[in-house]
Amino acid sequence: MNRVFSVKTLILLILVFAVVAGFVFVLLRSGPLAPIPVTVITVEDKSLAPALFGIGTVEARFTHKIGPTVAGRVRDVAVHVGDMVRAGQVVGEMDPVDLDDRLAAQDAAVSRAASSVRAAEAQAREAQARAVYARAQARRFEELARTGAVSQDSLEARRQERDVAESGLNAARSAVTTARHDMERLRSEGRGLSEQRDTVRLYTPIDGLVIRREAEPGTTVVAGQSVIEIIDPTQLWVHTRFDQLRTEGLRAGLPARVVVRSRAGEELAGSVARVEPVADAVTEELLAKVVFDVRPEPLPALGELAEVTVDLPSLPSAPTIPMACVRRVGERLGVWVVEEGALRFAPVVLGAGDLDGLVQVRDGLAAGQQVVAYSKSQLSATSRISIVDQLSGAPQ
Amino acid sequence: MISLSGRDILHSWGKFVFTGLGLGLLIGVTLSMAGIYRGMIDDAMVLLDNSGADLWVVQQDTLGPYAESSTVHDDVYRSIQGMEGVARAVNVTYLTMQVRHGERDVRSMVVGVVPGGPGEPGQPSFLIAGRHLTRGHYEAVADVKSRFRLGDRIRIRRDEYTVVGLTRRMVSSGGDPMIFISLKDAQDAQFLKDNDFILRERRRAASQAEGRSVAAADLVRTSNSNVNAVLVRLSPGHDPQTVARTIQRWTRLQVFTRAQMEQIMMVKVIATSSRQIGMFLVILSIVSAAIVAFIIYTLTMGKIREIAVLKLIGAKDKTIAGMILQQALGLGVIGFVVGKIAATLWAPIFPKYVLLLPGDAARGFVVIMVICAASSVMAIHAALKVDPAEAIGG
Repeated sequence: MNRVFSVKTLILLILVFAVVAGFVFVLLRSGPLAPIPVTVITVEDKSLAPALFGIGTVEARFTHKIGPTVAGRVRDVAVHVGDMVRAGQVVGEMDPVDLDDRLAAQDAAVSRAASSVRAAEAQAREAQARAVYARAQARRFEELARTGAVSQDSLEARRQERDVAESGLNAARSAVTTARHDMERLRSEGRGLSEQRDTVRLYTPIDGLVIRREAEPGTTVVAGQSVIEIIDPTQLWVHTRFDQLRTEGLRAGLPARVVVRSRAGEELAGSVARVEPVADAVTEELLAKVVFDVRPEPLPALGELAEVTVDLPSLPSAPTIPMACVRRVGERLGVWVVEEGALRFAPVVLGAGDLDGLVQVRDGLAAGQQVVAYSKSQLSATSRISIVDQLSGAPQ
Repeated sequence: MISLSGRDILHSWGKFVFTGLGLGLLIGVTLSMAGIYRGMIDDAMVLLDNSGADLWVVQQDTLGPYAESSTVHDDVYRSIQGMEGVARAVNVTYLTMQVRHGERDVRSMVVGVVPGGPGEPGQPSFLIAGRHLTRGHYEAVADVKSRFRLGDRIRIRRDEYTVVGLTRRMVSSGGDPMIFISLKDAQDAQFLKDNDFILRERRRAASQAEGRSVAAADLVRTSNSNVNAVLVRLSPGHDPQTVARTIQRWTRLQVFTRAQMEQIMMVKVIATSSRQIGMFLVILSIVSAAIVAFIIYTLTMGKIREIAVLKLIGAKDKTIAGMILQQALGLGVIGFVVGKIAATLWAPIFPKYVLLLPGDAARGFVVIMVICAASSVMAIHAALKVDPAEAIGG
């Protein structure tokens, strides 16, 4: 009986002990008495390579909109979207309407003018012959008159004949010049017409890619309206927008990496061509143009979204911590330094950071110090902590 | 002097301990219920704490951004930033929505914040893994409750985001995990129409007005210059009320201080749920009391013959009453200890946050003791009424 009783008591005691121990454990593990699990890192001197991240759209640097100089109807469009064209190639033609007929008329007029020139020249030659004969006659009569063989009256008559013949020659020569000028004028007019005939043909000024065909044969277009749009495929760039908060150091010439949306795994090398002098005031973004180093193959679609990472020059080595360490306590930014198992809040002055979340500390920390990286809950100077390798419930 | 109750408990300790365990589980449920209520309040307060703001500037005549939807223009912050007493003013958007990860949908509160360091209003104040947002687009910091992992690709509307950081206890007032993305992405997610909408709008515009069609439709697509609220942090030494009045007067918007916001959260957002839980708490207390009374009564009735013998040999009423009371209180202590252990152990499994405050436990202990004492009255009454003759009789 006694033995049974003591066994019973023993079991009871064990049970009571287990419950009390459980209770104490529960009190220490939850509530304000429980230590907060934290992970710590050691501050290291490191050089950072900061980078900027922005998104943009692929655009063509040069877009040529080819269209007629005068209003008219489109007769023919020779190229299609996606075609490659060579500089000087005819890509389309406008309806010339009456230009060809006018050219024919002009040709006829030029021929007529040529005939007129020939007629005038013949007349000039005739006048010349007359003038030569009249001069000879006049000279002869002067000699005869000196000897008194002919009368003064006859001499005067010969002289008058000579003057008339010379005037006739001058007139005939002027007529030749006039006829030649006439012909010149008609020829110029003809050239003008054929030039005009040329402008109804649409030529491409560059080697390029047709991206838009805006009019079909039969469509009437006004002067200046574009029929064909051609871009230079070697001159693509990404119109990129960067959040103004982080654009310190952005300038032309910096190397960049471009990922277009349809090819998410592929990084294309590029560089910043220029930073736009005018920022977007509405979206609070700086704008920059990023050019590709080599022409991407196949060509990305214009207007496609691209992610751009611009690499800034590396910074000199300085104490570096992950940004996740930094907390705000009251009005101050700082980190929790672990010293002999106790916490101390150290205000810090932060420098530049990179895209991986590392940030340089300008003041307040030195290499080798241990700081809290992650904690399970908010810390205070009196918090009890237990240092762990990894926080439970934080899947990596 | 031997302890009568102790001897009796030792005599039939199995029954006593297991009754205590059963009662303990019931008390555990009651404590958990109180914890759920506290957790609900804490969720609401943690939402305010996490925003890191002293003032909330929202649409006029709304209780936004948590209790009611609110829309303000995203350039309003600039005029607020310049006002006396304002240290920081930042835009923020909140949108409760489903976030896709693979085949799984997670109901979460997507918060759009201006990417910046910790301590900026709206930013998660601490992380348990990963890093803060550093890129202006397509990165997300998620609460660990969403069960996302670092590096996960999640889908919010039309864009894919990479999870770069994890937080803890960043939840909406409804307990949904928060997912922080950059403000511009969040504006797109909240205010940008979907592709089909844009396509239909383009067609409609084209059929209505030839020529000037597409531009008008695309305006709809790009008009996402709204946010839900502006979070304001005050410069030290400024009175929130005064600054709130100034902002309210000059921007013609509604401004709430922290105290008003707490009031809104308590009264408008969680009032019904908390009343519901309060009701449960009352019912559970009554049920616990009834069960304790019943158990004590049964235990007493089970040894009524022994009590009669006690009376017969001249035990005082006080001794008998004391024995029953001590047993009732002992049952209460066992129940409380077991309940507290149980509640603490199963609290993390609950889908919503269960906050077990030591103060609540202490109050619960007092209440349990009072209930046990009160419910032993009936048993004591029955024990005292028993006729000593019964000890001898059949």
